[in-house]
Amino acid sequence: MSDTRQPTIEKGLPRFGSHTEKEGRVLTGAQAIVASLEAEGVDVIFGYPGGQAIKIYDALYDSTQIRHVLCRHEQGAAHAADGYARATGRAGVVLVTSGPGATNTVTGIMTANMDSVPLVVITGQVPTSVIGSDAFQESDIVGITTPIVKHSYLCQKAEDLPGIIRDAFYIAETGRPGPVLIDVPSNLLSAEFEFHYPDSSDIASYRPTIKPNAKQIRTAAAAIAKADKPLLYVGGGVVISDASEALLDLAESLQIPAVTTLLGKDALPNGNPLDLGPVGMHGSRYANLAMTECDLLIAVGARFSDRVTGKLSDFAPLAQVIHIDIDPTEISKNRTADVPIVGDARRALTALKAELDRRGAAPRTAEWLTHIDDLRARHPFASPGLATSQGGIAPEGAIKLLSDMLDPRHSIVVTDVGQHQMWAAQYIDREVPRTFLSSGGAGTMGFGLPAALGAQIACPDEQVVCISGDGSIQMCIQEMATIAVNDLPIKVVIVNNSALGMVHQWQDLFYGKRFAATELSDVPDFLTLADAYGWKGFRVFDPADLEETMSAFLAADGPALLDLRIPREERVFPMVAPGAAIDDVIGAVSVGDISNQIENSEEADR
Amino acid sequence: MDRHILSILVENQSGVLSRVVGLVSRRGYNIESLSVGPTEDENLSRITMIVPTESESFEQLTKQLNKLVCVYKIVEMDKGDAIVRELVLIKVAVAAEKRNEVIEIANVFRAKVVDVGRTSITIEATGDEHKLAGLENLLRAYGIKEITRTGKIAMKRSAQN
Ligand SMILES: Cc1ncc(C[n+]2csc(CCOP(=O)(O)OP(=O)(O)O)c2C)c(N)n1
Ligand SMILES: [Mg+2]
Repeated sequence: MSDTRQPTIEKGLPRFGSHTEKEGRVLTGAQAIVASLEAEGVDVIFGYPGGQAIKIYDALYDSTQIRHVLCRHEQGAAHAADGYARATGRAGVVLVTSGPGATNTVTGIMTANMDSVPLVVITGQVPTSVIGSDAFQESDIVGITTPIVKHSYLCQKAEDLPGIIRDAFYIAETGRPGPVLIDVPSNLLSAEFEFHYPDSSDIASYRPTIKPNAKQIRTAAAAIAKADKPLLYVGGGVVISDASEALLDLAESLQIPAVTTLLGKDALPNGNPLDLGPVGMHGSRYANLAMTECDLLIAVGARFSDRVTGKLSDFAPLAQVIHIDIDPTEISKNRTADVPIVGDARRALTALKAELDRRGAAPRTAEWLTHIDDLRARHPFASPGLATSQGGIAPEGAIKLLSDMLDPRHSIVVTDVGQHQMWAAQYIDREVPRTFLSSGGAGTMGFGLPAALGAQIACPDEQVVCISGDGSIQMCIQEMATIAVNDLPIKVVIVNNSALGMVHQWQDLFYGKRFAATELSDVPDFLTLADAYGWKGFRVFDPADLEETMSAFLAADGPALLDLRIPREERVFPMVAPGAAIDDVIGAVSVGDISNQIENSEEADR
Repeated sequence: MDRHILSILVENQSGVLSRVVGLVSRRGYNIESLSVGPTEDENLSRITMIVPTESESFEQLTKQLNKLVCVYKIVEMDKGDAIVRELVLIKVAVAAEKRNEVIEIANVFRAKVVDVGRTSITIEATGDEHKLAGLENLLRAYGIKEITRTGKIAMKRSAQN
């Protein structure tokens, strides 16, 4: 199978369209679905069969182009398709049966929707003649998913299938991407008709604005040219629109520093001095202070989420805001934009750069960068080394070690949700877009393992590492089987704190240490589990063994998990308390006596 | 309270109304009046909706509606610049001896008598809000048994020059 990492054709267009050998043949509805997916260029589907989908599976059995990956749960299939899509930029495809098969995809669809991930989800449905009669395994999946899809279809006629599938891919991949669901009543699957596949889509009521408004670009350029303390605020939209190069070009030519959201983490090379890294609730204190002090905020494909802004009225209080986003609903939703720019991020950034060049704009941020360097030196992320003062493994050090052991150009890190996710965001370094996959908007525990599976299928030559927690991993743990039988060499680090750590942390800090329902026991034994699934298992408690175990684990053939034991008491810092201003940070680490004293006295004041 | 009149051109397909209405109600708005019907283009339907709100972020709702793939176009009607009409059927409880009074009232409002029974009379009226409210007020004195309305429809006035 080819490496799908580099899209060979333009998003939103079918790879083959009408140029397939099935074009013009008489096919059943089921065969037409498979032929349509082939015409789109689909090489893999993640799914799970059942009564109302069986005919599609029967047709799929003959496809030489499409590989079907049988996940062990439909939620796993949806997240796997999501991981595939995040790693490639192309729509991930899910195929499931009606009723419980369809409803099991709901969390996966919602997760993709929150993070603007293109999915095409095909669900079997009971025959049209019994829809609405509470037939066996009937569920109104179109109704159930309406609020969490970009669009959906309940097919009425077999002949409509090719057109609907074409439009579904087009809608999923263009504009602000998202999941599209196609519900197919099973009687359509045996109806025969002459198959014709469209070469493009044209939907009068769907015309995303791609090209930014030239006047707005000029206004933005004028603001950038005269800003003393500009700051780029980089979100997932930059990754989605393949705008990293354009962004770096703009940032470097004018020496504008950048902070990133969780989904924008891999939009910029993390080693670049202009990249200030994560901002917001668990962002660095220096990134958050830069946000508070900047006089011009250039938001690109970012949506001012509450995890980033904290208390909105105190967020970037001195800044004029330029907001570039392809989705007009994001603009001025949470923070009023002074210069709104609706359009594709890459186009907008390229146009901005050209306009700034035309004006002969030159860098004027030397002072600002010096100040930021000073903030960075005084308030870095903690660097405790590999051991905590009690002698346990320090998660920050362990994740940093993992990062150092990975080739940033040939690895994909996928996370689950919780403290481990935030440590990953803080300590994993990335160089290339689409190499840090995490459930941001939804924060879906259970995302990591299946998403890693999807990413590894998409990119067989990359090293895929999933950083999970002892809680999260159990939410889609069945996908260990899928990974094993497909021989995928995925490495899973379970940052095992015997706790639902992130919630435990909140209880510690905000609920008087009343640890309600957040302590996990030692069940299951992850090594035995690894064994049961045919994985290699590693475990480490002692910081002294960490390096050796980690490298043996990463070098293992085939899938392997590392049960990385850390103390339950470890906390993710810095942290902005929910609802607080982002420059008001708990637990920031300061360097140097004076700042330490200031920090400590501030702490004492609380 | 602001009352927004939205005229929404949508694809004429099943499920579209529920997407539009669902989005509005999920975002916490109440729909005061709603009407749907085909347009001059057989592929399109028009939804006219009146949404009362005190929210300052109403624009977010129209943007979200615009984002629906099935929504072709959405126009917020300016009350001063739009013809807004509604059709109402009013069944008035009235005995034979007072029937003429009611018919006279209907005539003044250019309403039609569409059904007459032994103890009631049904009147059909179209008009704007004020006119229909005026009619309803006068008829209330006789006793209104039932009212049913179509929901308002609206159209932008043509330019005068
Ligand atoms: C499906 C789901 N349920 C509940 C939560 C709430 N939640 C957020 S983080 C967390 C704890 C995660 O525990 P673990 O995976 O062990 O990660 P840790 O924080 O311990 O690193 C929980 C329960 C969630 N995000 N997703
Ligand atoms: Mg945990």
